[in-house]
Amino acid sequence: MDTDRIDQIIDRYEGQASFLIQIMLDIQNENRWLPRFALERVSQRLDVPLSRMLHIATFYKAFSLAPKGRHQINVCMGTACHIRGAGRVLDTIRDLTGIGPGETDLELKFSLETVNCLGCCALGPVVEIDGKTHGKISAADTADVLDSYE
Amino acid sequence: MSDITMRIDDQEVTAEQGMTVLEAAQRAGISIPSLCHHDKLKPYGGCRLCMVEVTAKNRTKLVVSCVYGAEQDLVVKTRSDKIDKIRKTVLELLLARAPDSEILKEFSDEYGADKDRFEKEASFCVHCGLCVRYCAEIKKLHAVTFVDRGYRKEIRFVPEIASKVCNDCKECFPLCPTSYLQAAFVLSQSLISPSESSVTKHDK
Ligand code: SF4
Ligand code: FES
Repeated sequence: MDTDRIDQIIDRYEGQASFLIQIMLDIQNENRWLPRFALERVSQRLDVPLSRMLHIATFYKAFSLAPKGRHQINVCMGTACHIRGAGRVLDTIRDLTGIGPGETDLELKFSLETVNCLGCCALGPVVEIDGKTHGKISAADTADVLDSYE
Repeated sequence: MSDITMRIDDQEVTAEQGMTVLEAAQRAGISIPSLCHHDKLKPYGGCRLCMVEVTAKNRTKLVVSCVYGAEQDLVVKTRSDKIDKIRKTVLELLLARAPDSEILKEFSDEYGADKDRFEKEASFCVHCGLCVRYCAEIKKLHAVTFVDRGYRKEIRFVPEIASKVCNDCKECFPLCPTSYLQAAFVLSQSLISPSESSVTKHDK
């Protein structure tokens, strides 16, 4: 992602400051995180203080100020999944990827996060990768599932 | 527009339209404790110390006086057992964060607040927002901002801006009710330009 691309996104919203969050979301979705130069560019073009953008970027969990992996793994730690062994699944993912919740591996392959309920408790334990739900996953299945991601 | 008349602690007080209860009281020489209020800044309502009891149309409620607008015939009580108890608890919660703040200590003596009532969570910042708001509203520099949210919320100097403007200003330092702001500044400074920071200056 370069400055031209950032400018294109800003232009989609005619450079209006009221679309700040939408613009930040578009950059986040396309790039998976918000690089500093992108924040500075948006701040400059929209005439919004950089401080406000940092406040927003740290307020909402949807934004990341650090690079993220190509694949986002969300392990559900809600009550039902917890009872059904989410802890063991998480430990296995930790061992296989070498990262803990909130972390990203050095190859930028995976980012790991725990969440509190994905809304499908009957499928627990649930792991969601790039929006795809893997239900009734066992610690043993986990390696196969992770292997299927490039 | 015509003035408003109201009663604060059995004293007749006149206020202008658009004033807050706190401003009306201050103008009449009645003191209400406040921490996050600043004459030159927009009402914020962050610390809740300025809580008072108001009665309008036979209904009494607790309101935050620094954001509550003055109204005709309003009856305001700035002290009562209930209010004192609220202020005491607010102070105790703030003291858990900033146990050494001089201004909090002064208020505590008055309201009998116990600084050890709640477990210490010394983040030193009490989220009054004075630094952030002063920099944004008065100086229009936006060099310091809040980041994160909830109990993890904290202030942060924005290095790109702070490195250019803060050394010539520092007007927010005396506003901070704790020592956190200056500490955060020195920390940012040493991270941005280690050689210029006051920490290393002494060694040269
Ligand atoms: S650093 Fe000081 S002035 Fe700034 S918000 Fe915290 S307590 Fe208030
Ligand atoms: S002075 Fe009113 S809430 Fe702080």
